[in-house]
Parts: sequence; C-alpha cells; structure tokens
Amino acid sequence: MTVFAFTFYLFAVSTIAGGLMTVVSRNPVHSVLWLILAFLSSAGLFVTLGAEFVAMLLIIVYVGAVAVLFLFVVMMLDVDFAELKAEMTKYLPLALLIGVVILMQLALALGVWGFADGVEGRIAAPTGDLDNTRALGLLIYDKYILLFQLSGLILLVAMIGAIVLTLRHRVDIKRQNVLSQMYRDPAKAMELKDVKPGQGL
Amino acid sequence: METIILFAPLVGAILCGFGWKLIGETAAQWTATSLLFLAAILSWVVFLTFDPSAHPNGAYTVNILRWIESGTLSTDWAIKMDRLTAIMLIVINTVSALVHLYSFGYMAHDENFKEDESYRPRFFAYLSFFTFAMLMLVTADNLVQMFFGWEGVGVASYLLIGFYYRKPSAGAAAIKAFVVNRVGDFGFALGIFALYMVTDSIKFDDIFAAIPDLQDATITFLWRDWNTLNLIAFLLFIGAMGKSAQLFLHTWLPDAMEGPTPVSALIHAATMVTAGVFLVCRMSPLMEYAEATTNFIVFLGATTAFFAATVGLVQNDIKRVIAYSTCSQLGYMFVAAGLGVYSVAMFHLLTHAFFKAMLFLGAGSVIHAMHHEQDMRNYGGLRHKIPKTFWMMMIGTLAITGVGIPLLYVGFPIGFAGFVSKDAIIESAYAGTAGGYAFWMLVVAALMTSFYSWRLMFLTFYGTPRGDAHTHEHAHEAPNSMLFPLYVLAIGAVFSGMVWYGSFFGSNDKVGKFFGVPYAEASEHGEAKAEDDHGDDHAEEGGHGKAHYNLVGAPGEGAIHNSPDNHVLNDAHEVPVWVKIAPFVAMLAGLGLAYQMYIRRPDWPAKLAEQQAPLYQFLLNKWYFDEIYNFVFVRPAFALGRILWKQGDTNTIDGGINGVAMGIVPFLTRLAGRAQSGYIFSYVFAMVLGIAVLLTWMTLFGGAN
Amino acid sequence: MIGADIQILMPEILLAVYAMGALMAAVYTTKDGMAPLLTWATSGLFVLLAVWIGINGQGTNIAFGGMFVDDGFSRFAKIVILLSAAAVLLMSESYMQRRGLLRFEYPILIALAVVGMMVMVSAGDLMALYMGLELQSLALYVVASLRRDSVKSTEAGLKYFVLGALSSGLLLYGASLTYGFAGTTLFAGIIEATANEPSLGLLFGLVFLIAGFAFKVSAAPFHMWTPDVYEGSPTPVTAFFATAPKVAAMALFARVVHDAFGGIVGDWQQIVAFLSVVSMFLGAIAAIGQKDIKRLMAYSSIAHMGFALMGLAAGTAFGVQAMLIYMAIYVTMNIGTFAFILAMERDGRPVTNIDSLKMYSKRQPLRALAMLVLLFSLAGVPPMVGFFGKFYVLRAAYDGGLAWLAVAGVIASVIGAFYYIRIVYFMYFGEEGEALDGKMNPVLWTFLMGSAAVMLIGVVNLFGIEPIAAAAAATLVN
Repeated sequence: MTVFAFTFYLFAVSTIAGGLMTVVSRNPVHSVLWLILAFLSSAGLFVTLGAEFVAMLLIIVYVGAVAVLFLFVVMMLDVDFAELKAEMTKYLPLALLIGVVILMQLALALGVWGFADGVEGRIAAPTGDLDNTRALGLLIYDKYILLFQLSGLILLVAMIGAIVLTLRHRVDIKRQNVLSQMYRDPAKAMELKDVKPGQGL
Repeated sequence: METIILFAPLVGAILCGFGWKLIGETAAQWTATSLLFLAAILSWVVFLTFDPSAHPNGAYTVNILRWIESGTLSTDWAIKMDRLTAIMLIVINTVSALVHLYSFGYMAHDENFKEDESYRPRFFAYLSFFTFAMLMLVTADNLVQMFFGWEGVGVASYLLIGFYYRKPSAGAAAIKAFVVNRVGDFGFALGIFALYMVTDSIKFDDIFAAIPDLQDATITFLWRDWNTLNLIAFLLFIGAMGKSAQLFLHTWLPDAMEGPTPVSALIHAATMVTAGVFLVCRMSPLMEYAEATTNFIVFLGATTAFFAATVGLVQNDIKRVIAYSTCSQLGYMFVAAGLGVYSVAMFHLLTHAFFKAMLFLGAGSVIHAMHHEQDMRNYGGLRHKIPKTFWMMMIGTLAITGVGIPLLYVGFPIGFAGFVSKDAIIESAYAGTAGGYAFWMLVVAALMTSFYSWRLMFLTFYGTPRGDAHTHEHAHEAPNSMLFPLYVLAIGAVFSGMVWYGSFFGSNDKVGKFFGVPYAEASEHGEAKAEDDHGDDHAEEGGHGKAHYNLVGAPGEGAIHNSPDNHVLNDAHEVPVWVKIAPFVAMLAGLGLAYQMYIRRPDWPAKLAEQQAPLYQFLLNKWYFDEIYNFVFVRPAFALGRILWKQGDTNTIDGGINGVAMGIVPFLTRLAGRAQSGYIFSYVFAMVLGIAVLLTWMTLFGGAN
Repeated sequence: MIGADIQILMPEILLAVYAMGALMAAVYTTKDGMAPLLTWATSGLFVLLAVWIGINGQGTNIAFGGMFVDDGFSRFAKIVILLSAAAVLLMSESYMQRRGLLRFEYPILIALAVVGMMVMVSAGDLMALYMGLELQSLALYVVASLRRDSVKSTEAGLKYFVLGALSSGLLLYGASLTYGFAGTTLFAGIIEATANEPSLGLLFGLVFLIAGFAFKVSAAPFHMWTPDVYEGSPTPVTAFFATAPKVAAMALFARVVHDAFGGIVGDWQQIVAFLSVVSMFLGAIAAIGQKDIKRLMAYSSIAHMGFALMGLAAGTAFGVQAMLIYMAIYVTMNIGTFAFILAMERDGRPVTNIDSLKMYSKRQPLRALAMLVLLFSLAGVPPMVGFFGKFYVLRAAYDGGLAWLAVAGVIASVIGAFYYIRIVYFMYFGEEGEALDGKMNPVLWTFLMGSAAVMLIGVVNLFGIEPIAAAAAATLVN
C-alpha cells in the first residue's frame, strides 16, 4: 500500500465514521463535533487529490464558520432530541430493514460499476500547470460564469428570505437615534440649578 | 327532387312533433300531411319520368353528405335511384300521404286519451318519421344506411304500435314487435359484417361487383365452413324474415294490430313489412349466386303463405284476419323473390300495397263506424249502413282474392290487381319448381285467401246485425277525409295490375327495359347475343310464346340481376293452361265455400268448429306458436334475467361497486390520512420507501440485467 | 462568443436585473408601500417577456457550451410559466394587501423563482439544472412561510425546506452517480454515454434524479409535503405552487429523461409509469376525506401530476405533446379555481372549509356555475377542456404500449371525480349553512370567469395549442 492509498483510506474512513456518528450520537453538540471531523477529513481528501484551494475553503468556511454557527444554534435552541428519537424508534426496525436493502442494492450497483465508453474523452482535461486558484478562477469566471451568477442569485434569495422572515420593525420599543443624540443642545435640554450646599431641594 | 322527397317527411315530423305548440295542433297536422302529399306527387313524377336507359347501370346516385370515414370503411349518405327505389318511393309516399289524410278522421276522437290531451300531432309526427325512415331504407346506396333506415322503421313501428300507451296490451305488442325484429336485425347485421369482411365495402355497387369472384369462397362461422354467399344471403334473409313477418318470426305482426288502424295500413301492410322483400330484391345479385338460400326462401315463403292463410280462416278480429292475410301475401312475394323473378315479387309488392292498405283503411272505417268494435261476430248487415265503405271493401276483396278473366290477354290480362300479380307468382312458382311444393302451397293458400276474405265480407256486411244493437243503430259512414284515401287506393287496386303487367311480368325485354337491365336475344342453344339495351324495341308482342330474351346484365347492372341460367320468367309464360286457371278455380272454390257457410247456412261454421275441435283450436291458437315461444324463449329469458338481476346485478355488481365505493375507498382514504401524520420523519420515510421500491425495481427489471 | 450567449439568455437576465433593481428601489424608498406597484409591474414584465419569447424565439439556440438550451420546448414551458405566474401575482395582490402580507419582497421573490424556473426548463447540464432548481425552491420556501406570525405557515415553510433539502440531496446523489458513469454533466454527453448498455449504477443515478423531480412535481410517494404546505401557505402562494413550479418541474423532468436519458426510454418509462399510477390513485383516494379546499386542491394536483406523468411515461413525442397540453390546461383550470378560493371569505377572514360552500348557488349563481364548469373540467367530464387533456394523455399512454396505465388512469379519474362532484353537490344541493361574503375582487372575478369560459370555448380547437405543443415536443424528442 502506497502512502497515497493509505492516506486516502484513512481520510475516507474517518469521513464516513464522522458522518455516521453525526447522525447517531445522542448529544447534539457531539453531533456537530463529529460533523467537523467529517469536514476536516474531506478536506484531507481534497488535498490528496491536489485540490488544496478547495480543501482550505472547506476548512475555513465550513469548519470555521458554518460548523461553529451550528454549534451556537444547537446550544441555544435546546431541542429535546430524545423525545423526537422516541417517536422515531417506533419505525426503527422497518427503517433499518429498508436501509439495509438500499445499502445492499447500492453495493450491488457499485460492485458492477462500469464506465461509459469514451468517458476519458468527456472528462474535462486538467488545466495543466496552472495552480489551483488560477484554474478555478478561469473556470468559474469563464466557462461556468452562468452557474456562478446563478449561485449569486441563490445567495441573494437566501439573504432576502432571511430578512423577510426574521426582520421585525417593532414600534413599541425605544430606539437609539444617533443624530438626535448628536444634535442635542445642552442648553435646551438642561437646566442648571445652583444648589447651595446643605440646603436640599 | 329526390332530396326533397327524402327530407319532406323528416321536416314534417320535426315541425309537427316539436313545433305544434307554436303553430297549433291542426296546422301541425296539415303541415305534415301536405309535405307528405308533396313527396308523394314528386315520387310519381320521379317514377314516371325515370328512364333507366339514361343512366349507366340504370341507376344514378344523389350524394347528400360524407357519412362515415373509418379506416377502409368509407361511405357517403347518398340516394341510389333506380327502378326498385322508384317503385318503393311511390308505394311508400302514396300510401303514407293517404294514411295521413285518413288519420284526420280516424284519430279525431280517441277514447284512449283524455279530452284535453294532445295526441294527434304526436301521431302525425310518428307517421312522418316512419315515412322518412322507410325512405332512408329504400333510397340507401349502402348497407349501413339501409340498416339505419331499417332500425328507424323499427323504432317508428314500436312507437306507433304502442301509441295507446295506456293499454298494457299495446305496450306488450310494441315490445314484442321490437324484440322479434331484433332477432332478425341481428342476422341482418351479421350479414352486413360478413359482406364487409369479404368485400371490404358496404356500398352496393362495390359489393355487387365483387360477388362473382366469391362464388366458391368459404367462410368459417359457428365452427364450420360455409359457402360465403349462401351464408351471407341467409343471414340477410333472416333480417328480411323478421321485418316481413315470415314463419318463425311472424308472431309480432298480428299483435301489432294493437296500434291504431292507419298504422296497420301504412306499416304493417303496405310498407315496412315489405322491406324484407325489397332487401331480397335489392340483393338480387347476391341471391342469384346463393342457390341453397333461395331454395330456402321459396320453401319458407310458400309455407308462410299456407300457414298464415290457415290461421286467417278462423280469426274473429277483423284486423287480425287482414294481418294474417298480409303475412300470407308476403309469403307469396318471397316465393317470387326466391325463385329469381324479382320483378314479379316487386309487382305483387306494389299491387298488394294498394289493395291491402285499402282493406285496412276500409276495416278502419268499419271499426270507426262501430265505435271501435273489432270482433266480426258482432258485425253483420252493415252494407246498408256504410255503403261507400262496403263498396270499397268489395273492391279490395275482389283484388286480393284475384278476380279476373283467366286466359284472356289483350296486351295485358284483364282483372283486378291481385289477380294479375298473384297469378304471375303462381305461374312462376310452377315454372320455377316444376309444379312442386311451392306451387301447390300457393294454390291452396289462394283458395283459403278467397275463403277468409269473403268470410270477412259476409260476416261484416251481410246477414243480420249481431252484437250490441245500440252500436249498430249509430253506425255511420266515415267522413270524407277517410273515404277519399279509399277511392284513390281503389284505383290502384283495380288498375295497377293491368297497367304494369308488361313492365313487371312481361317478356324479359320489357322487364329489362323497365328495370334498366341489359337483355339479349336467346337462341335455341341458349347462347345470348348481346343487345344494346337502349336499342330498338324488339318485342312488339308479349312474352307469351317462345322466349326471345334473357336478362344478361352483370351483377350491379340494373336494378335487379338474373344469372344467365335463370329462365323462370320465360318459363312462367309457357306453363300449361290448367296451371293458369288453377288460382282462379281456387278463388271460386273459396268464394263458394264462404257463401255456403256464411250466407246460406250460417250455422255450419259453429258445427264444424265443434266437430273438428282439435283442428279448430290449433288454428285459432295460431299453431300454438306464441305458446311454444313463450315456453322455450320468453320464460327462460325472464328467469335468466331475474337471476342476473338479483344475483348478478344487485348482489355482485351493485354489491361490488358499493363495497369498493363505500368500503375499500374510504378505508384507503383513512389510510392515506393516517400516513399524512404531519411529522417530517414520516414524510421522509415515505420518500425513502419510494426510493427503495424504485431501486429494487431497477435491480430486478432494469436494462442492465 | 459571450455576447451571443447573453443574447440567448436575455429574458432571464432582464428578469433577474429587474428583480435586483426593484429590490434596491423598494428598499431605499417606501419599502412595503411600493409592493402593489411592484406586483403589477412584475406581472406586466412577465407578460411582456412571455410575448417576447413567443414572438422572438426561433429555432434551437445553445448557450454556454450546452448548459443552456433555448428551443421550442423550453419556450412553450416558459410562456406557460410566465403567464401563469403573472396571473397568480395579479390575483394575490388584494388578498395579500388586506391581510398585511403584501411585502415588497413578495413580487421580487416570485420574480427570482421564475428566473429559476426559466433556467430549469432550459437546462442542458446537470449543474445548470440544479442551480435553477435551487433558485426556484429557495424562493418558494420563503414565500411559503411568508405569513410568519402563523404557526401553520412557518411550519409549512420549514417542512417544505427540510424535505426539499432532502430531495435536493437525492437529486445531487443521482447527478453524481450519473456524472461518475458518463464523465460529463452535459445532457448531450450523457445521452452519448448511455447509447450502449448502461450500468446499474447509472440506472440508480436515474432513479435518484427522478426521485428529486418527483418531489418537485409532488408525485407520490414523494408528495407528502404537498397537502401540509398547500394548507399552511397563504392562499395566493398556494395558487402559485399549484401552477408555475409544477409546469417548470414537469418540463425539467421531460427534458432530462428525453435529452439526457432518451437512449434508455424503456428503463425510466417503468419508473415514471409507477409514479404516475401511484399519484393518480393516491391523489384520487386521499382527496375524498378532505374538508379543507386547499388540502383538497393539493391532492387534486397530485392526481393531475399523475396524469401528466402518464403522458411522459409513454416515452414518445406524442406523449410529451400530451403532457404539455395537459399541463397548460391544468394550469388554466387551477388559476380559475384558485381565483374562486381566494374569494371565499366571511367577515373579511379567509375561509377554506368546503362546508362553507353549502347552497352557494343560491346566493351566487354565476360564480357557482363557473366553479361547476371548472370542477367538471378538473374531473375530466366532457365536453370541458379538462377531458381533452385526459384524453390526450390516455391516448399517448395507449399508443406508447401502456394500455394498463391508461386503464388505471380511467379508473382513477372515476374515483377522483367523486370529490370534485361532491363540491358541486354542496354548492347546489347541500343544506343551507353559514353564508360566505358576496364580494369578489374584479380581478379574481375576471380570472374565474375567463378560466371557466376557456374550459367551454376551448372545446373548439383548444385555442390552437395542439400544433404548438406538437412542435415543442418534436424539438425535445427526436
């Protein structure tokens, strides 16, 4: 076994294990931690493929931002997963059976996997000597510009959606008005009283 | 003009049936009647001006519209005008117009309806509708159109027989007529299917052209092979049997007398019942090649003529006597058609339409006079009360019994219409069967015809009044609207035989010319020399003597077709003298017997009935046909129906449907409702389940395996 | 190069730019005050674009290396999508306004969803397909829970979102299997790769892809979200769900199975037929027990998708044509029906209970009659146009050698007729119940009457849609 193969299998196994544990672990916080493991392992897989840029993105964006956000949400929401699971366990035997059936069929399919004729010709050629970032840039700003722009639209929709569904313009609370604070004239707002010591109001 | 003839009755029916509330009852009736008279007059114009030689194959077609386009089945709605159609046009429209007129008087007051009920426009609309359907039938240029008319007249007949819908017997008779006709129609339909199957067309022209090639073809039907043409001819004839009330399918005709008398005159004497004869004549190119079937037709026709005449001897209801007489006369026509002398069959059809319609209308007049009393035993001595009707009935009787001067020939024989045409059939029967079964049956039937016709006359108009004295006192002559049709028909009953003798039963050249069939001079050896069919008239003298001509048209050329070895028409002119006077003698014998029994010794009939009780009962009960049918078909059918209804429909089907609709479906609905639990994981579960099923399906049946 | 590509994409780009411009305009001015204007403007733009596409579109144009295909088929679908979206937007304006739901984001989200749909139906690549699909779905998740104070509405949105995410996962899994087999995400490459014997893995990929589409068209057994989302969402949003996205998803479905998997018709035919028959029966049977008219319409749409899938299952050009005709008719019927539902209210509050329709014909004979026509059409009673839609797909299935499916379809439509006619029964023969208000917005009234009239007049020649659909189908299947 070459070092390459060894690292591949190492990361692959840990990715799957991480994914599995994300689903089955009882504590939601643990779940998120397992998820982070899965992310890191897949980042490792990308590195073995020579796609360092994507690997780093995965770590920075998913581990650094998304997973941490998840963690906050899970901690704040305090969902009683145990209760949900109790409802689900009713179906567990049947679900397991179906899961096994699907798994076996997938195994069957992958076992006899064959590529289509001429697949080599259709797979996009590597971009040669270019480094990752540049190659990626060439693809998404040129060949896949349409997809890139569409993703942009999707993100826009996501943003609009988040705002629409959560932003509330409440009128029954006092807000800070910076300008009115700044333009406040002490002369008008205050009345200075000279109180003699010992006299009281 | 043909189109006007065809559609005038339809317009009349629609205006009268749907529009009478707008235009009023009387106006509606007049609309229908005047349209019918228009059609009748135009029919005569068409008939008299129709010249077969002016058209190829002696026929022309008037297209009305594209009708059916389905695969190779393609047909127009068209009028086929040839001599056969022309004859039928005058018969139908003349009788129908007169019956319309007659109905003004006859239907004026009817105790079957309440005072303020409007039944007259309905009656007229039905009559007009019937006429339209009948015209559809005879003008058809293809079998499906003919079938359409065929069913149309069936419907009209049903409506009219059951016109007195408050009488249970009328309803039953209507159903009986419809159901019995259905048996025949089934055969007819099968025949059409078979013809379409073997010729790939339903048009007469195509079928006729294809027939010679099918002579030796066979067809598998009911688990064995049959000669195609014989089988088809037989199936078509079954249809004809039903419509024309031939033996075994005749039982509906006497019962149909439950309808108003004008209906009996129009439908059950002059027109609809002759549709079967018309069908056989129309299909003459086919019949000529189907020897076994034509033999059967002759046999059945002769038997029917005999059978119906025997039953007619003892009936007491005046209309039933005439009904059986009709049945018997139709048998005559079929004998002629079966023998291959289609012109003679059409001849009798024509003359019979006149005198039989007249007899019915006369009987209607009598019934009208006697306040709807129909039993002849309650008549008697009416000739002084209703002299005009009496004389008209007398003419009709003279015509049907065949009074004339035998052996005298002055370019045509001298005698009433029935004499000429019936003798023609009997002579043909002798020639065609070499003096066999059919001939003797017909002669005997002629004797009996004479007997029962005179019996009817004597019982009704002679002797002393019997029955309710009050009725007799008030017996009165019918109004002119009822008498006028009788006068017109009388003209036909007297003269139609003599006028058209040559055209229908003359020598082959005259007949051929009349029907537009090419004819040729026949040499001693039977070789035929072709002759231009619109050439010079070679026949200065009649058909008596040697046979000069044969009809040589190919199938489809001309209105009727005779195969080259069919010499019945020629032979019929050369029968021995005793054959020629046989029907006359039979008529005299019948007259004498009737005179003896009903004028001189009125006590004889009762005694005879007593002495020959079994025979009398046998005849009185119409050979027990109804009873046998009732036992063999009707009751088992009812029993079967009851089983299917109770067990099959109520329990199985209703139960099943209700079970599904009220048991299984709601159960599934509840199930689906439960599955819709609202929990996401159960929704996901459904999706995964679906995926699993689809994947399994793919593994098992996918293209890769 | 890129200029030509942009030329082809112009309608989509215009719409997207409009949406962004409108967003900016509204945010920096009166915000929700702009909403009615934006609603009308968006509808107008939809109609304009539909007209433009209808007049201008010609031939088959391919942009961005095959990722975007502009052909007769996509144009047909786009026109139907645009027009139905415009209709629904117009119908929703007053309803949303009165319930305080008319936020300026609503028309913008709808516009972006429509952009997604237009990309979907034009997709020539699995990635473009996914982008379009997500753009559309995400916008729809948001509008589903637009009434954020209502538990039902937010629950509907959340359910839709979670299940939609799962279906996207299935779809992506299928796409990756397909890519793994074919080595390309372009449809043109996939159909080349499947010309020879496909492996089981590819077929599994196909199954997962189809499962994803089935979720979007709400075909059983991937339909479970439909009733809850239809019921929970604001009624105009429900109306929108029932029309344009269904057309887009169905067109996408047809495009993928024919453009990418046209070589293995026999394989997906079975799956589609299975989905079709299950949907028809489930839609028909489950709808019977419903008391809420929106839930009923959800099951109705499931059953109708089953019929549309029947046309697709035929696997022929005629099948696609039948499907297109069916979808066009279905959308028209649903617009009319939802116009009626939108007007159902009592004391200013929307009512969706079927019982409230009792003896409706006495108070509003004309509206009841229009609804009767629409319901009969939905049930497929001749001579309403809905019958012809069913007739086309049945014929397509029969011609495609799926006689059993056609028979099943007839049986299902008989069962389904029950609940449509039950509403008619309530309207004409039921007992007198609590009355609904008589008012009806003129826009709704116009759509209701127009749709009903189309159902009757369309009998003549289906407004000439048949040859157009045939041409559209011909560009897809060859």
